[in-house]
Amino acid sequence: MLFGDVSQAIGNTPLVGLPRMSPDGYTIYLKLEGHNPTGSVKDRVAKYLIEQAERHGLLEPGQRVLEPTSGNTGIGLAALCKVKGYPLTCVMPENTSEERTQLLTMFGVEIVWSPASEGSNGSVRLARELAAADPDVYMPFQYGNPANALAHYETTAPEIIADLPGVAAFVAGLGTGGSVTGVGKRLKAWNPDVRVFAAEPEYGDLVYGLRNLDEGYVPEVLDESVLDSRIKVGSVKALTYTRRLAEEEGIFAGVSTGASLAVAERVCKRLPEGSEVVAMSPDGGWKYLSTGAYAPGDVERIAAGISGTLWA
Amino acid sequence: MPVVRIPTVLRKHTDGDAKVVAHGATVREVFSKLVAQHPGLGEELFDGDQLRGFVNVYVDDEDIRYLSGQDTPVEADDEVAIMPAVAGGCG
Repeated sequence: MLFGDVSQAIGNTPLVGLPRMSPDGYTIYLKLEGHNPTGSVKDRVAKYLIEQAERHGLLEPGQRVLEPTSGNTGIGLAALCKVKGYPLTCVMPENTSEERTQLLTMFGVEIVWSPASEGSNGSVRLARELAAADPDVYMPFQYGNPANALAHYETTAPEIIADLPGVAAFVAGLGTGGSVTGVGKRLKAWNPDVRVFAAEPEYGDLVYGLRNLDEGYVPEVLDESVLDSRIKVGSVKALTYTRRLAEEEGIFAGVSTGASLAVAERVCKRLPEGSEVVAMSPDGGWKYLSTGAYAPGDVERIAAGISGTLWA
Repeated sequence: MPVVRIPTVLRKHTDGDAKVVAHGATVREVFSKLVAQHPGLGEELFDGDQLRGFVNVYVDDEDIRYLSGQDTPVEADDEVAIMPAVAGGCG
């Protein structure tokens, strides 16, 4: 595989079977998005956000880009904006891991912190305020930009179909909703029998510290009609599956991978025996080492100790 | 008996309790008992007899919108969780 520059080396990630963790009679495969240039699925999204904006004349050469992110999208955008010559500001909750801050800083990104107590909702709110106050910035806004789901519709899903034409179900974590919506729609257009499940992280109490329910938020990108169900996964379960993945299958993944895997295992019995299920692995575990998520010790204690940063 | 998990933002209506026990064979019955015990929750959770848009309800971790809505059966050992809809954390 030869590429002219980093922006062309995105996608075509491995789809890897889990023979030891799949329930009897089923095979679960992980789409290892950690193999993208900056180490996450968000490279695909960043490329589509920027290149769609260029195509539609929304982004001038050298114009500043501003985006709310808890990390992966920021890092993907940072690499892309670097090679394309756009300065970048990321609005992030102040409890995101040290690795992400260091990576963004290395890429020359300006970071604006939003309160940890407001979670991702807070970075969305603050980024919207900043963008409204400064007409010179362009905010791609991954939560509301159709380019997010389009990246998965046009790249992730066709890769899955090419590698595993018999795929019966797809599971991905629920963040912006881009993966489940984009991949789900494409898989269902190709075979209406494919089932699509969202694994919803159950955030700690901190992230749910809204002042009232009207501060809730459903990303515009998420098309709930594509989902066959939506299953939440708590920190302990997600962490347990993530650590088992390293121990049993030799795969070092981020915690949201464990959440998708837990849901993939749960839904297997709803499918005909012999079914093949694809679960999304959005990233590797590298950026979360400093949280202690992979440290030796009791999983429940570790999960409780890092509940404020686990999903951040 | 089913246990209802109350999110932080609504605990002002449950004297700070994070978990409330409420009888019922369906989500509708459980919520009717819950609101009878803690009337402040009624307006927060419901618009008429419909759950508000930013209120997600799960029985045994599964979103009831994809089960049978408020008619979703609740087993004695099930947890009914109420969660506000929030932006995703992995972006």
